[in-house]
Amino acid sequence: MSGSHDLGLYLGLFLHFLVLSPMSIGGAITTVPEMHRYLVEQTGWLSETEFTTSIALAQAAPGPNILFVAVLGWNVAGLLGAVVAMGGIMLPSTLLTLTATRWARANREHLALRAFSAGLMPLTLGLIIATGWLLALPFLRTSDHRWGTLALIAVTVLLTLKTRLGLVWMVLGGGVLGALGFV
Amino acid sequence: MNRPQSLTELYVAFTRLALQGFGGVLAVAQRELVERLEWMSKEEFVETLAIAQVLPGPNVVNLSLMVGDRFFGTRGAMAALAGMLSLPAVIVLLLAMVYGELRNYPVAADALRGMGAVAAGLVLATGIKLLPALYKSPLGRWQALGFALAAFVLIGLLRWPLITVLAILGGGGMALAWWRLK
Repeated sequence: MSGSHDLGLYLGLFLHFLVLSPMSIGGAITTVPEMHRYLVEQTGWLSETEFTTSIALAQAAPGPNILFVAVLGWNVAGLLGAVVAMGGIMLPSTLLTLTATRWARANREHLALRAFSAGLMPLTLGLIIATGWLLALPFLRTSDHRWGTLALIAVTVLLTLKTRLGLVWMVLGGGVLGALGFV
Repeated sequence: MNRPQSLTELYVAFTRLALQGFGGVLAVAQRELVERLEWMSKEEFVETLAIAQVLPGPNVVNLSLMVGDRFFGTRGAMAALAGMLSLPAVIVLLLAMVYGELRNYPVAADALRGMGAVAAGLVLATGIKLLPALYKSPLGRWQALGFALAAFVLIGLLRWPLITVLAILGGGGMALAWWRLK
């Protein structure tokens, strides 16, 4: 590959994620269809399988799910690809968040702002529970493992509510139970 | 409430938090920031998350920026962000490199299924644990719980797009809160 071609690739990758960042309300996962259109259909930089496994891999790894963008960038263009993709997706949303946070802190007693956050708090809680539900759903749909995983989910909820057991031990325990064929 | 004493403490806290978060960091963030470190109350956590949610970008990453900024300004925000992303990025890229080998073992898929089920349980438990944060809501306890239930039904069961639910329930909640607070 020639140098100018590389530059175009990195720039294209960076700009693509830069533009998606301000649109990613509800997390970058909401812009996945658009990433798919660009990286798989339009440019052909990634195959269908590479795209899907990039996302699955990042979700299985520790850390925020946003890191799937780093894996996408990595699969397109190696380490520098991962860096420019993450830079693009993080830069606008970070600046926006910091600006909004400071403005909110300076005006915290303002009626509109108090109404804004009080009005959104119930929605946030509904959303958390919906997320848990949607994460559980694929396991409940497959008949092979339905009861085992359902029991594991229920035990996890109980342990989290009633004990101070480290969360990472529960996750690793789930992995061991899965590997041994119990769930 | 406690507070971090240095940028290093902030970075380490968020690295520790991110590394425990398989399949999402939300449950761990609640456990660490509210229960273990006691840097924020339950109410502050939900309120910060509510704002992090409507801003573009991942909610937990926005949350880390907001927490870091609150204690140490821009440097704090960058330290928290770096904690959240740097080491996990290294790990996920290493995984991407070895993935080609791992996928040939069915036991890896079995282990992932077990971990995924636990991750789902953790998020559900976090939601249940945080529900009392609504008891002091200016909307009124039952109204706030009603809005939360409606959000769960629309997003979790009916799969409406977030932006529509935000407009309807967020807008409705804000209007009710405005009316109650004024």
